[in-house]
Amino acid sequence: MTKRALRNDVRIIDTTLRDGSHAMAHRFTETQVRDTVRALDGAGVEWIEVSHGDGVGGSSFNYGFSGTDEMTLIAAAREEARQARIAVLLVPGIGTVDDLKRAHDAGAEMVRVATHCTEADVSPQHFAAARDLGMETVGFLMMAHRTDPADLAKQARIMVDAGCECPYVTDSAGALLMHEARARFEALLAEVGDEALVGYHGHQNLSMGVANSVIAYETGVRSIDGSLCALGAGSGNSPTEVLAAVFDRLGVDTGLDAGALLDAAEDVVRPYLQRWPKMDRNAIVQGWAGVYSSFLLHAERAAERYKVPAHEILRRCGELGYVGGQEDMIIDVAIGLAAERAGS
Amino acid sequence: MDIPKVPVAIVGPGHIGTDLLVKLRRSPVLDVRYVAGIVESEGLARAREAGVAASAGGVDWLLAQDPLPRIVFEATSAKAHLANAPRYEAAGIRAVDLTPAHLGPMVCPAVNGEDHLDAANVSMITCGGQATIPMVAAVSRVTPVPYAEIVASIASRSAGPGTRANIDEFTHTTGGAVAEVGGAARGKAIIVLNPVEPPMIMRDTVFCMIGADADRAAITASVHDMVLRVQEYVPGYTLRAEPQFDEPTDEWGGHARVAVFLEVKGNGDHLPPYAGNLDIMTAAAARTGELMARAELGALA
Repeated sequence: MTKRALRNDVRIIDTTLRDGSHAMAHRFTETQVRDTVRALDGAGVEWIEVSHGDGVGGSSFNYGFSGTDEMTLIAAAREEARQARIAVLLVPGIGTVDDLKRAHDAGAEMVRVATHCTEADVSPQHFAAARDLGMETVGFLMMAHRTDPADLAKQARIMVDAGCECPYVTDSAGALLMHEARARFEALLAEVGDEALVGYHGHQNLSMGVANSVIAYETGVRSIDGSLCALGAGSGNSPTEVLAAVFDRLGVDTGLDAGALLDAAEDVVRPYLQRWPKMDRNAIVQGWAGVYSSFLLHAERAAERYKVPAHEILRRCGELGYVGGQEDMIIDVAIGLAAERAGS
Repeated sequence: MDIPKVPVAIVGPGHIGTDLLVKLRRSPVLDVRYVAGIVESEGLARAREAGVAASAGGVDWLLAQDPLPRIVFEATSAKAHLANAPRYEAAGIRAVDLTPAHLGPMVCPAVNGEDHLDAANVSMITCGGQATIPMVAAVSRVTPVPYAEIVASIASRSAGPGTRANIDEFTHTTGGAVAEVGGAARGKAIIVLNPVEPPMIMRDTVFCMIGADADRAAITASVHDMVLRVQEYVPGYTLRAEPQFDEPTDEWGGHARVAVFLEVKGNGDHLPPYAGNLDIMTAAAARTGELMARAELGALA
């Protein structure tokens, strides 16, 4: 496999309209999507990810039903974009190749296939289908803090051998400290760097997203995720507008217009935010205890329903080692905590 | 007087086949005569130690035996079962299929075990289906279920290479069976692999959309009855909590929701207890074989 040529020094992929779907409780409207795509496209963003927060096919009781069908949103995004292209997320076990084909029909040209960091061998079916469709491929090794750098590199190898052009160190819990992130970037680059790009997806739960993005670039990572206003799960993602400003200061060419991104964040995204992702107690506990960032809103809802603190639910989820996709266990934990309180 | 038993065979002496062997040898109505594989293996050796005729000669060897088995339990692969099934049928042997081939009707013994007693071939659906469809059926027999969704969480160690290479098959088959066998108008299935150590015991969550005024006490009673029915063949099948009812919301189209939280702990026959997902497959297959055998014995009497 030959490595994809880069348009700029580093490729910034914006996930406001995918990871941000978590913070929006999966209720993005078509108008919000069109406005956001237009702004990102105008600011020079090359790839824009659009789908349910848990990927195509994620609309469900377990993760939340989409307010607007994601295929409608993908098609609207595709229509609005002039130079940018549309990516989607697919989590095997939740979404299927059928969902991917629908997304491709709606205009998606990249898929990001996401597995837990030790389970990459559920992804080859989806990479093969994506390559058959002529789509560009990215692989998300989620909850990357849950395994060591050497094993993470082996998992990246599985994805690359299956047709993945860019495996990602995906810090779903926002848990990776700078030296931990660096060790993982170096391990992946050593294993697959000759034939694939390597990427980084950060969360701000411990405020590390932007700092780790700089380390990522320094070590040779060339695909980095951001979200306008940090809109994403937990306390959100590395803000795209901050990445643009920081890389500009570093003299790294991202191809992005930092001023236009600041305008997009301030004038387009901020007005529709229901919550501005922030480092509050619950989100910090997620980074601290290594909990999947998307659990946040679900834990808050269960906390209200069962009258137990959300941060205790999240901490327990960390202790029990729950992984992305196990949102149902949040209710189970809340019921258990409520019973413990009633019993004491 | 000896109670007559029906002669049966296991094809595929891997971990699933070996666990099934332990279960079938306890059966009062099934007599495991043969275990067939295609290479010499630990599984074949274990079968011989248990006094069962075992061979690496595959289906050729099995079909040359006298008497022939009446029922064969297929624990190979979808591809192997597609090749073997016509040969069993030509020999008048019925098949309980644990592979994802899905040639015959889908059977969950607690729900529709009595409906396909004459079928030449029955499919055991999927592990997640065996665990969750009884709960969907328990709700749908009380009140209409326009949509049901199941989430199966299994230990990474209990997911074999076949499952991993074709995880979409689980999603499609289980989602379809939640509707077709469980009685929901629409079904969706989600599977999550968790590598935590020590391995987590299989967990399943069943969400059913129900009417705002559905009879919640009747649903709860029906769920408890169904749990007892499944416990007859999977003793480690338990509710983690009482069924949870959530009030109607706009997001759910004005419907209410009932959620059932399950733990499926295996019997530890050959497979480890955390692998409840595999245990419930072999237990359901054994149960289905027994129901078919009793029907045959009843027809003879």
